Amino acid sequence: MIRLERLTKTYGKFVAVNAVDLHVPPGELFGFLGPNGAGKTTTLRMIAGILRPTAGRIWLGGDDLLVDPMSAKRRLGFIPDRPFVYEKLTGAEFLRFVAGLYGQDGAVVERRIDELLELFELSVWKHELVESYSHGMRQKLIISSALIHRPECIVVDEPMVGLDPRGARLLKDIFRAFVERGGTVLMSTHTLEVAQAMCDRIAIIQEGSIVARGTIDELRQQTTAGDASLEELFLKLTGGEAIQELAAILSEEAGLRGQKSETRSQESGIGGRAAGSGAPKPRGKRADS
Amino acid sequence: MRSLTLVLMPKWRTARVRFRQGQSPGKALTIGGVGAVFWLAVFGVLYRVLSYFRGVEEIGPLLAAKLLGLALLAFLSILLLSNVITALSSFYLAKDLDLLVSSPADWLHIYLAKLGETMVHSSWMVALMAVPIFAAYGVIYDSGWLFGPFAVLVFLPILLIPAVLGSAFTLILVNVFPARRTRDLLSIIAIAAAGGVVLLFRIIRPERLARPEGFQSLLDFITLLRAPTSPLLPSEWATDAVMGWLVGPFDWLPLLLLWSSAAATVVLGAALHFRLYPSGFTKAQEGAERFVKGWVWQAILGPLFRPLSVSKREFVIKDLKLFFRDTTQWSQLILLAVLVVIYLFNIRALPLFTGEQVPFNLVTVISFLNLGLAGFVLASIAARFVFPAISLEGRQMWLLRSSPLDLRALLWSKYWVGTVPLLGLALIITVFTNVILKATPFIMAVGVGTIFLLTLAISAMALGFGALYPQFETENAAQIPTSFGGLVFMMSTVALLALVIMIEAVPVYGYLHANYLHQPFRVDGVMIGSFAAVAAICLGLTVVSLKVGLKRMEGFEF
Repeated sequence: MIRLERLTKTYGKFVAVNAVDLHVPPGELFGFLGPNGAGKTTTLRMIAGILRPTAGRIWLGGDDLLVDPMSAKRRLGFIPDRPFVYEKLTGAEFLRFVAGLYGQDGAVVERRIDELLELFELSVWKHELVESYSHGMRQKLIISSALIHRPECIVVDEPMVGLDPRGARLLKDIFRAFVERGGTVLMSTHTLEVAQAMCDRIAIIQEGSIVARGTIDELRQQTTAGDASLEELFLKLTGGEAIQELAAILSEEAGLRGQKSETRSQESGIGGRAAGSGAPKPRGKRADS
Repeated sequence: MRSLTLVLMPKWRTARVRFRQGQSPGKALTIGGVGAVFWLAVFGVLYRVLSYFRGVEEIGPLLAAKLLGLALLAFLSILLLSNVITALSSFYLAKDLDLLVSSPADWLHIYLAKLGETMVHSSWMVALMAVPIFAAYGVIYDSGWLFGPFAVLVFLPILLIPAVLGSAFTLILVNVFPARRTRDLLSIIAIAAAGGVVLLFRIIRPERLARPEGFQSLLDFITLLRAPTSPLLPSEWATDAVMGWLVGPFDWLPLLLLWSSAAATVVLGAALHFRLYPSGFTKAQEGAERFVKGWVWQAILGPLFRPLSVSKREFVIKDLKLFFRDTTQWSQLILLAVLVVIYLFNIRALPLFTGEQVPFNLVTVISFLNLGLAGFVLASIAARFVFPAISLEGRQMWLLRSSPLDLRALLWSKYWVGTVPLLGLALIITVFTNVILKATPFIMAVGVGTIFLLTLAISAMALGFGALYPQFETENAAQIPTSFGGLVFMMSTVALLALVIMIEAVPVYGYLHANYLHQPFRVDGVMIGSFAAVAAICLGLTVVSLKVGLKRMEGFEF
């Protein structure tokens, strides 16, 4: 459904996305992970037709986005990471406008608007201007707008930002149901638990290139990581092991400090927290611990 | 003091980087050129007026002082209004406020930093305007080089006092209304006030005062000049200080009054800020909760635009809704109405029909040249309403580019939403002025035809230049026309108007000549060629501007 062929984007000499090849078939929820600045958002915005690739091709369904952008975009629903919408439209008006951009109007659209607003618990806000919506409500509205024309595939950048747990759960269910009906979702996220729980396959991008791809098990095999979690795999693949080790040292040191202060407070009979807060912080090496 | 420097640092650094990034030789040259022409024009006019005053015994210095007093009083009123509006943004709606208010920065430092920001944003234009005025006074009265620093010393309190008063007034308003409501309210009040003052000023017809028969008695006039206009206002103290330096006797008291008042207002402003700002800032966070009757719009506009394709129709309806729901946008219509009324009033007030026989040639020439003026009015309106249209889509461009909307449809909608009202206005202005001037059918036809073609071109140029010089980051539509792109658009439009008038002057001259010789007027090749050239230029510019705009939009990346 989504196919990228040697997709490249450069800004001057800086290569943001470097010859990325990717295929996401129908009925799959694909996770796109990577550290900050790795090229995730640039790739997704190229697929959405917002950025022009420097080289390479993008296929949505059977349509080449660069050759026949109108047909390709008709298949797509895009959810950006920053929810900028027209502040002076109401929620319903915004959805009606987006449906209009896809050439849809009339009673079908009105029913769909009511359905989506009901689904995302925005019905009460239907006739209120978007300027008074919270960040999470705007995010829900944008997700609704991506679904209003019944797309075949959804490209979504950081979908969980700003959503409350209930909204996040709802979105997971919607995406699952969508792919079970044959739809395709390409999702970038930093929430690795979400990616591990939801995605059928995952690609990890770093410095513009895909460094690993496959199911969690395939990634474990590629990295000989045994039964490591996605977080551990991610850190291993993106050079984050040092951070992991540092985190381990800090937590061990904190544990040691806690033990020492507890011992001291037991000896002096003073509350551990008070004694600990006044004491200088030990600068132990790893060997000390 | 260190925290005040810290609070001010980001603004200063941002301004410096913006200045460095925005500099290209062409841009600097254009802005510098336009600025220099403006300064020289103000200086030149004032130089002539003051030279004349200096030559008049007794009342010369009085007249010069009166003129300066009036200018400073006008500055003071403009600054007060402008500071009230700017303070709302800088003290309550700015993006850096969350960071500043949550940081352990001293409240007084935040107040002073924001006061400075408000003052700079609302006063820079007035300060620039003051330079040629003070320069002309300095040159005419041979004041010496020390007058420059002295003028700065006198003028600073004139900037500072309205900044404090404006901020204090806004502080009180915000404590009564939510900030966003206050902004709406202030936009309307400010524009209505500005429009009202301009209208009033025009309707009292100040040009009558220049006529000799206006003065009943010279003694009354001198008495009026000697009396201070407003002894309790800083503008009067500043005038006394400047004129004392220039013509003597010099007195320190006005300067002392200026600076002590400025210091006192800052202290009182700070005290008021300390007491009311926390509650005002909290209130400013409240959203303007508003349910709107969207179905009314849909019911009226839906059937009206039914013949259009769905995407074009929704786009046009969306643009109209956004315009009429944004107070800062629709309130400009008040100014527009004032502008049109004054325009027609001026034409009516022309002393053409006071005598017995009006020369036919004079009426014809005025009717013809009126085209240029009407074109300039249209260009100003297009700069205000059509030029920002592309920039205002900036933040939502992700939606437009990811949807199957053809950018040509977007441009088409923007073009006609801007052009149709502009065309209506253009025809009203031209037909009415020609009727008032009792123009002949030939001139009426030339006027209507030309203004029709010019409107098509001006509107397309506004969109084209708007796409070439977009301002995607700005939150205030009113600031977009004053950008560099707006200036380039206005200059290009003036060039177009000059070209069209020059070409059409040939057939109009032929018409006048035939009339003068009492010969029958004939349509010849030159006349047809001239009008065809104008049509080709206007239509060609329309197409080229829209194509350039489209090309530029296709290259936008977000």
